Amino acid sequence: MKTIGLTAIVAASVTLLSTSASFAVTEISWWHAMTGANNEVVETLAKEFNESQSDYKVVPVFKGTYPETLNAGIAAFRARQAPDIIQVFDAGTGVMMQAEKAIKPVAEILSMGGATFDKSKYLGGIVSYYSKPDGTMLSFPYNSSSPILYYNKDAFQKAGLDVDNPPKTWSEVWDAAKKIKTSGAANCGFTSTWLTWIQTENFAAWNNLQWGTNENGIASLDVELKVNSPEFVKHFQDIADLAKDGTFKYGGRTSEAKNLFLSGECAMLTESSGGLGDVVKSGMNFGTGKLPYEEGVQGAPQNTIPGGASLWVFGGKDEEKYKGVAAFFEFLSQTPIQARLHQVSGYMPVTLAAYEDTKKSGFYEKNPGREIPIQQMMGKEPTANSKGVRLANLPQVRDILNEEYEKMLAGQQTAQQALDNAVQRGNEAIKQALGN
Amino acid sequence: MSPRVTFPNKFLPYLLVAPQLAITLVFFYWPASQAIYQSTLREDPFGLDSAFVGLDNFRRVLSDPNYLNSIQVTVIFSVATAVLAMAVAMFLAVMADKVIRGKGFYRTLMIWPYAVAPAIAGMLWLFMFNPSMGTFAYMLRSAGIYWDPLLNGPQAMLLVIVAAAWKQISYNFLFFVAGLQAIPKTLVEAAAIDGAGETKRFWTIIFPLLAPTTFFLLVINTTYAFFDTFGIIHAVTGGGPGKATETLVYKVYNDGFVNLILGESAAQSVILMVIVIALTAVQFRYVEKKVHYG
Repeated sequence: MKTIGLTAIVAASVTLLSTSASFAVTEISWWHAMTGANNEVVETLAKEFNESQSDYKVVPVFKGTYPETLNAGIAAFRARQAPDIIQVFDAGTGVMMQAEKAIKPVAEILSMGGATFDKSKYLGGIVSYYSKPDGTMLSFPYNSSSPILYYNKDAFQKAGLDVDNPPKTWSEVWDAAKKIKTSGAANCGFTSTWLTWIQTENFAAWNNLQWGTNENGIASLDVELKVNSPEFVKHFQDIADLAKDGTFKYGGRTSEAKNLFLSGECAMLTESSGGLGDVVKSGMNFGTGKLPYEEGVQGAPQNTIPGGASLWVFGGKDEEKYKGVAAFFEFLSQTPIQARLHQVSGYMPVTLAAYEDTKKSGFYEKNPGREIPIQQMMGKEPTANSKGVRLANLPQVRDILNEEYEKMLAGQQTAQQALDNAVQRGNEAIKQALGN
Repeated sequence: MSPRVTFPNKFLPYLLVAPQLAITLVFFYWPASQAIYQSTLREDPFGLDSAFVGLDNFRRVLSDPNYLNSIQVTVIFSVATAVLAMAVAMFLAVMADKVIRGKGFYRTLMIWPYAVAPAIAGMLWLFMFNPSMGTFAYMLRSAGIYWDPLLNGPQAMLLVIVAAAWKQISYNFLFFVAGLQAIPKTLVEAAAIDGAGETKRFWTIIFPLLAPTTFFLLVINTTYAFFDTFGIIHAVTGGGPGKATETLVYKVYNDGFVNLILGESAAQSVILMVIVIALTAVQFRYVEKKVHYG
């Protein structure tokens, strides 16, 4: 009975296929976490792709914040209702890599349609971050960003600082911050979003310092944290000291500190290059500079590591779906699409061609500062300390660091105590996450 | 003893309780048993590998100093929220009871905040007291108080307690007003004639006679502080700074949905369930005895 029914359906669909192509459209679901202007970009991309061909239809679904989207994907997978494509943020990369049986490597998908997948077309630093230790690219980089320095030119002027030359090293930042505070140019000199991603993970890579063993988790997820070495302690003690009189002001665990900068409260900010849109929108007189580095550390500045998110594909789907996903990723990789994505959103281009194209178009001359994140990432060949940071439970370890930083900034402990505690608690959590 | 009501039909009573039973089964027993099952497993987030570990998750949870901290936070938070919400509501109800003109108007205004969703209530308070843009934060700072709930644990705790209590005051107010109306005016008047002052009348007549309402609200408010305040904490502090406002419920969420440690998170919710069952049992067994139902 069952087989007869099935054959009938197959027969019917074959006849339909030959008569009407529109009936055979394969839907591809894409869960994402993009809001505001970035959400519009997602919708536009899907629409353009759907109009460019008639075999596949990409359906984007907004699923909340980055962690919420990841959780929704995991819950859906457990209920056997997983979407085809899911956007996962940088810190969730290790979580997805741990679940090899649940996902399908993007490298495999891209070479499915007969086309050979050429990794060299893509920006090396970004691709290696989303690849397995053996080099297999697992997810498709969608929006990559890097932390940079933003500064308020009006406040710099008032404080008598050089408006065209932002501080390059941390000690210059501290001096400028003190000057801004004492001169009354602003209430607070310096603030930073993401103390974990920017002041810890990128601080390590940019200064060529070890964040954790096994190439910070890139070589193997079995990691021991090393963030209580003297350079980290000095950096955080500097921040804690400045926090005492409000020269440094804490905004929150993620990107809340951006508001302190936008409201004019703080005159300098380190924040993702992806946050540029909001700063531009605020209409303030601002400038950008490279992420500051620690003076006197050998090899600094090295290169920064990507943040943002990539697109993962769930396993166990039909061949037809994967072909559709491959077509969509091909579409996303096209130079004009990538170049536009980069210029509109402030995120980095994924392909080299898109970068060259943007360069040639004179975009960077008209928009100084937009090339900074790429130069930071591409400037030097990455070392074992600067390929990226990866853990099976990076969100949890970041939370542990945040908790210790908050206690430190509240004056309850020194930087040394905070980082020692964080390393000890973090290492325990990593062991547990690996099932030991 | 009032005479027992009996139904002649054997099936009707079962039929009448069936919908309630079905709801309890679907929304309590089923998820609760799932939680118990999950609490004995150790799994990766995707459920690809799972192993039975017996009571190991419970052992880990109970030996975790952060869990003990979370218990302490929950006790402080719940007691403070319940006491504050009930005391203010009782005061407002007694005062509103004295108003003669425009009674309905006052009462309606008092009830409004109850219609506000917890997360929105949290956002309201967050905006008022946000250290960088809040109006009240600005006023506090000009008054010389160093207001920074982002880093100061006790201040963050105070903020979530006040926000949580504020939202519950309306509900309590409603019940206290009803309770006050049930107190015979003759009693109060007789006491007044005998020369009892306002305070005396409140403590010797009104307060004891309100005891059934107060007890009922105590149970409701404790459960509220335990479970329904998640939205407020999530919006205002996210459990921070450090772990200063991480209540038991928030920790279940954080460990399960952020840190993806499902087994331990399930073990915590089982413990939480036991705590609430015990708390309710104690309240009914001992506190109720002292309640004067009139």
